[in-house]
Amino acid sequence: MTTSELIAGILWLSLTAYAVLAGADFGGGVWDLFASGPRAKEQRLAVAEAMGPVWEANHVWLIFMITGLFTAFPVTFGVLALALYVPLTIALAGIVLRGASFAFRAHGADAVGPMSTWGVVFGVASIVTPFFLGTAAAAVASGSIHAPGGRLASGFLDGWTTPLAIVIGLLSLSICAYLAATYLMVENEDRPALLGDFRRRAVAAAFVSGVLALLALAISLFDDQLLLKSLTGRGLPLFALALLNGPLALWAVWRSRPRLARVAVIGQVVLVLWAWALGQGPYLVPPDLTIKATAAPEGTLTAMLIVITVGGLLLIPSLWLLFRVFKARNPQARA
Amino acid sequence: MGTSLGFHIVFAVLGVGLPLLMCVAEGLALWRRDEAWMVLARRWSKAFGILFAVGAVSGTVLSFELGLLWPRFMAFSGGIFGLPFSAEGFAFFIEAIFLGLYLYGWDRLGPVKHWLTSIPIALSGAASSVFVVMANAWMNTPAGFRLGPDGQLASVDPLAAALNPSTATEDPHMLVSAYVVTGFLVAAVYAVGLLRGRNDIFHRRGLASGMAMAAVAIVLAGVTGDSSARFVYEAQPAKFASMEGIYKTQRGAPIHLGGIPSDTEHRVLYAIEIPKLLSFLATFDPNAEVRGLDTFPAADRPNPVLVHLSFDGMVGLGIFIGLLAAAFWLLAIRRRAVPTRRLLLLGLVAAGPASVAAMEAGWFVTEFGRQPWIVYGVMRTSEAATTAPALGLTFAIFIAIYAGLAITTARLLLFLAARTRNAP
Repeated sequence: MTTSELIAGILWLSLTAYAVLAGADFGGGVWDLFASGPRAKEQRLAVAEAMGPVWEANHVWLIFMITGLFTAFPVTFGVLALALYVPLTIALAGIVLRGASFAFRAHGADAVGPMSTWGVVFGVASIVTPFFLGTAAAAVASGSIHAPGGRLASGFLDGWTTPLAIVIGLLSLSICAYLAATYLMVENEDRPALLGDFRRRAVAAAFVSGVLALLALAISLFDDQLLLKSLTGRGLPLFALALLNGPLALWAVWRSRPRLARVAVIGQVVLVLWAWALGQGPYLVPPDLTIKATAAPEGTLTAMLIVITVGGLLLIPSLWLLFRVFKARNPQARA
Repeated sequence: MGTSLGFHIVFAVLGVGLPLLMCVAEGLALWRRDEAWMVLARRWSKAFGILFAVGAVSGTVLSFELGLLWPRFMAFSGGIFGLPFSAEGFAFFIEAIFLGLYLYGWDRLGPVKHWLTSIPIALSGAASSVFVVMANAWMNTPAGFRLGPDGQLASVDPLAAALNPSTATEDPHMLVSAYVVTGFLVAAVYAVGLLRGRNDIFHRRGLASGMAMAAVAIVLAGVTGDSSARFVYEAQPAKFASMEGIYKTQRGAPIHLGGIPSDTEHRVLYAIEIPKLLSFLATFDPNAEVRGLDTFPAADRPNPVLVHLSFDGMVGLGIFIGLLAAAFWLLAIRRRAVPTRRLLLLGLVAAGPASVAAMEAGWFVTEFGRQPWIVYGVMRTSEAATTAPALGLTFAIFIAIYAGLAITTARLLLFLAARTRNAP
C-alpha cells in the first residue's frame, strides 16, 4: 500500500465516521421536525439530549476530511469544488444553519418568539444537507465528473441532477433518519413509550431506505453502469454482506432489539461506503482522477501521516472520554 | 470569502480567549472556595456555548470556501500549506470534544475533573489560531517548495512551508490579538452593566478579569506588531510602502499619521508628517532607505489608500485601547479597588468594538497589502478564483445567513444576560 492510498483510506474512514455519527445528528433533526403524537415534546427533548454534547465533535470529522482532502489531493479537491459547487454550497448553508439553530435552541430554549422559527430551521436544514451531500456523492460514484488532466470538463449540473442522484440523495436522508432512530432507541431503552415511538420511526425509515436502495440499484442497472460496476466489482464481497445485513437490521428493529439494531444499521452504512470505495479504486473521482495521479508530493503525505499519528494519539482517548461520559449506560444520571 | 473571514474571526478569537478566562475563573473558584468566581465561569460558559457553535459552523464555511471560491489556488497550494490545516483540524477536534464535556458535564464530572476539561479547550483554541495563521503567513512569504521548469510543483517541504519566515512574527501577533479582543469585549459587557448601576461583585470581577487579560495582551500586541511591521519592511516592500504611503524610494523616510495617499500626486495628502521616524522604526537607523511604491510595476501595487488607512486605524485604535487599559490599572492600583468612574467605563464600552475594529483593520492590512497576489510573488488573486456561475447570488445568500446569525446571537446573549439579572 502506498502512502497516498493509506491517506485516502484514512480520509474515507473519517467520511465513514462522519456518516455514522453526524449522519445521525441530521436524522435527529428530521425526527425533531416530524415529532408528533402525545409525546412530541419528549421526542424533541430526547433528540436534543442525545445530540447536545457530541454534535460538534461529530461535525469535525467533516472538517478533517475537507482539510485532509485539500492537503493530500489538492487537484481532486479543486475539481470537486468546481464541479459540485452548487450542491456543496447548498449543503454548506444547511450545515451552518443546522448547527447554529441547534445551539440557539439548546442554549436559549426558554426564550420566547424567534426560537420556534429556529426550531423549524433546524429541521429543514437537517433535511436539506444530507440530501445534497448525497447527490454530490452520486455525482462522484456515477463517474459524471470529467476532468482530464485535472481540468474540469463537465458542467456545473452534471451528475448531481440525474434521477439516480436524486434517489441517492433521498436515500442518504432516509439512512440518516434510520441511524438516528436506532440510536434514539438505545438511548431510551428505559423509557418504553419513547422506545416504541422511535422503534416505529426506525421501521418506517428502514422500509423507505430499502425501497430507495433497490430503486437506486434498478436505475443504475438500466442506464448507469459505473456505480453498479463498482459495487459488483472489487466491492462485491462487502456489497453482498450489505444485502444480507439489511434484512437483519430490519429484523432487529422490528423485534425491538435496540443494541443489535444499532450495530446492524451502522454496519450497513459502513459496508455500503466501503464497497463503493473498494469498487471505484484506484480512482478518487472516476473516470479521470486517480489516487496516485492527484496526490500531493511525497513530502506532504509523509508529514501529514505524522500529523495524523500525533493528532490521533490525542484524539482517540479524548473521543473515548466524551462518549464514555455521555453515551455509556448511566441510569443514575437519568434521575 | 473576506466576509466569511471577517465574520468568523470575531467568534474564533473568542474561542481562543474565553476558554482561558473560564479556566482561570473556575480554577480560582476551586482554589479559593469562592462561589462568585464559579458563577462567572458558568455564565461565560453559557455564552460560549452559543459563540463556539457559530464559530464552528462559520469556520466550516471557510474551509469549504477555500475550495469553492479558489479552486486553482487550492489545487496549487493545498499540498504545500495544507499541513497546518490538518493540524488545525485535530486542534479543533480536541476543542469540540472537551467543550462538549465542559458544557454538558457540570453534573456528570467532579469539580476538579470538570475544571481539568477546560484546560484542553484553552490550549487547543490557541493552537488552532497558531496553525491557521501559519497558512496565512505562508501566503505572505511562500516557502518550502520548488517549481519545476514547467511551472508545476517539483518538490515540497511542508514543515518549511508551515514555519515560513512570516510565521515567527504573524502568528504571535494574531494570538495575542485574540486575547486583546476577548479581554476588551468581556470588559465592555461588564462596563455596560456597571454604567446601568449594577455594581455587584460579578460585574466588578468580570470587568477586572477582562481588563487583566486585555492589559497584558495589548502590551504584547504592541511588541509583536512592531516586529511584524519590521519584518514586512524586509519581506514585502510593496505592502510596507502602502502601509506608510511611501511613493518614492528615499532615505530618512518620514512617518505619515493619517492622510490619504494619492496615486496622482504620489504623496500622502493631509497627513501629519514626522521626519525620519519611519526609517528609524523599520531599522533603528534614521537614515535607512525605504523602497517606494513607484518602483513596483503598476500591476504589482496594492491599493495604498485602503492599506494605509487600515494600518493607521489599527495602530490608532490599538494605542487608544492601550491607554484605556493603562488608565484602568493605574486607578485600580491607586484605589485598591475596581475603578467605576463613569468616563472610564464609557471609554471601556467603546474599547470593545474598537478592539474588534483594530483586529479587522489588521487583517485588511495583511490581505489588501498582499494584493494583487494571493500567494506573494507566485500566484495572482485573479488567476486563483473560481469560474463557477452565480457567485453574486451565493454571496448574497451567505450575507443574509450571517446577518441572521449575528442578530440571533446578539439577541440570545442579551436574553441570557437579562435572565441572570432577574434570577438571584
